[in-house]
Amino acid sequence: MLGVFMIGFAVVVAYATAAIPQSTYAKIGPAVVPWAITAGLFVLGILLTLEGLRGGWWHDEATQLDWRGILWLGAGLLSNLVLIDGVEFGGKQLVPAFGFILSSTLLFACTARAFGSPNFLRDGAIGFTLALVAYVGFDRVLGYQIGSGLVERFI
Amino acid sequence: MDTFSQLMQGFAIALTPINLLWCLVGVAVGTAIGVLPGLGPALTIALLLPITTKVDPTAAFILFAGIYYGAMYGGSTTSILLNTPGESANIVTSLEGNKMARKGRAGAALATAAIGSFVAGTIGTIGITFMAEPVVKLALKFGPAEYFSLMMLCFITVAAVLGNSAIRGLTALFVGMFLGMIGVDNQSGQLRFTFGVTELYDGINVIVVAVGLFAIGETLWLATRPKEQQEEVLEVKDSIMMNREDWRRSWKPWLRGSLIGFPIGAMPAGGAEIPTFLSYSLEKKLSEKPEEFGHGAIEGVAGPEAANNASAAGVLVPMLALGLPTSATAAVMLSAFQSYGINPGPQLLSTNGALVWGLIASLYIGNAMLLVLNLPLVGLWVKMLKIPAPHLYGGILIFATIGTYGISRSVVDLMLLYAVGVMGFFMRRFDFPTAPVIIGMILGPLAEMNFRQAMTISQGDPMIFIQKPLSLFLLVLAALALLGPALWGLTKRWRGVTGEA
Repeated sequence: MLGVFMIGFAVVVAYATAAIPQSTYAKIGPAVVPWAITAGLFVLGILLTLEGLRGGWWHDEATQLDWRGILWLGAGLLSNLVLIDGVEFGGKQLVPAFGFILSSTLLFACTARAFGSPNFLRDGAIGFTLALVAYVGFDRVLGYQIGSGLVERFI
Repeated sequence: MDTFSQLMQGFAIALTPINLLWCLVGVAVGTAIGVLPGLGPALTIALLLPITTKVDPTAAFILFAGIYYGAMYGGSTTSILLNTPGESANIVTSLEGNKMARKGRAGAALATAAIGSFVAGTIGTIGITFMAEPVVKLALKFGPAEYFSLMMLCFITVAAVLGNSAIRGLTALFVGMFLGMIGVDNQSGQLRFTFGVTELYDGINVIVVAVGLFAIGETLWLATRPKEQQEEVLEVKDSIMMNREDWRRSWKPWLRGSLIGFPIGAMPAGGAEIPTFLSYSLEKKLSEKPEEFGHGAIEGVAGPEAANNASAAGVLVPMLALGLPTSATAAVMLSAFQSYGINPGPQLLSTNGALVWGLIASLYIGNAMLLVLNLPLVGLWVKMLKIPAPHLYGGILIFATIGTYGISRSVVDLMLLYAVGVMGFFMRRFDFPTAPVIIGMILGPLAEMNFRQAMTISQGDPMIFIQKPLSLFLLVLAALALLGPALWGLTKRWRGVTGEA
């Protein structure tokens, strides 16, 4: 319980401190408001800490985190980052660009799994259909630039 | 030209087939996302912001306004049938509405919600029609100093007064202002908060933040919750009709709800939640059968539903006339104006009169469409409630990816999106409100601009904010709103102490 408090403080305080040095190099004009924001975040961080120390920090302590859900969703988001455009490192293509449709299919299946859906393959099929429809709708009809990929080439 | 003839011209614009189509798409999409838990109008409009580069402003705003109004209608369906409010403004509706549905009176509850929304939406739109010009006349007297002070008031009320913790609301607001500062400073060309990342030079797109907070953050939060059995969707057993008794008990709450909702929405404080709570407690007091409250009293659905729709209309007044967004949705709409290079504010009515009046006229039309969509066709939306959660959230993430990656093809934006999503998750977990982040992000830079212009006019003398009477008045109001509750608590405690002594 206390650990949960501490994460909250750390986030807030780190935010406040990380913001400070960023504005020191700027001249007076553009830096005035950032300084005010920094000061505000700092004061609020202190107030939040005090509030937490007094035990006044309401949070949903009763709920246990569902780690399996986080892991599946995290995996889905991460794979989306890596696969959608591929990864290039040192001039070498480490991961090919799978493109929006395939990476979204995986994202969909992982998300569904995170929410407790048992059938990974069926979810994949639904996700693929949805991603395909969304791609055609947004890229071809509305004119977004979603880019190419392994499946997009053939549409 | 008088208001009436301008409104007629607005109708001439809104009634063209293409604009009618945009309006219909808007209200249909709006109802759909209002029905689906987890999707809100701010998120949807943010996802659709890129169309501003494709269609003309009038069409885009008719679409956005339709989504905005539609979400208010759709949200009530969810709260009545599922007991999970579709939108935060529908929380009160679920109190009585769900009880009514459990008693097999879902049809009557849906009917009073939809008709009440229509009555209130129409009253609210009439309010916009006649308030826009007086507010603009007032606003034309505003200089940068007055604007800055007005924005301060808006910040304080949105962050500190609404919501349950002033400290947390303000923290969210400051985080938003920080995000809004990122990028090249418009007035000096200085880079701010870019941490040396080239992609940040242009600033963070509001789409990324809105989608990150509302889609990714929300999904993360829900994914980490223990999976409960999905709540069953109540069947609509009776017909979607109200009997004579229902009408008799509904029409006054509709009118009262509208009269509460519109002014509160139009104030620089905004928010649709407060008027619904006010309306609920008022109806409870005035009811002939207060014992029915808590067991499915129709007044408890009719009043709050009218109040939230009227306040939704009210929010558009400061948005259009002052350029002051008081809800997350209005803030996203404001950024749509910005992407057209249009500055909402007092000049909007004279420079883009056709746009504004076309928009207002489309609100009347959209309201009528929504009544049809939500009464005879309500069965369609009920089916949407049966989409299982795993697929719903999977779909939300796909659209979130399109909305961000699809506009920039930048993986950096995708990373930012997820980072904001993780932040949104923690905010949600620790009970921080998220709307002030969006408002701070959009309004923060505008407030800064007015602040610096005022300081330039006064040659660096900050007294300008106090010397102008209107500005001073607004600042005092803001200070009262911020410190008032705390001072009041102190005096009460002090009195309590002396009373004992």
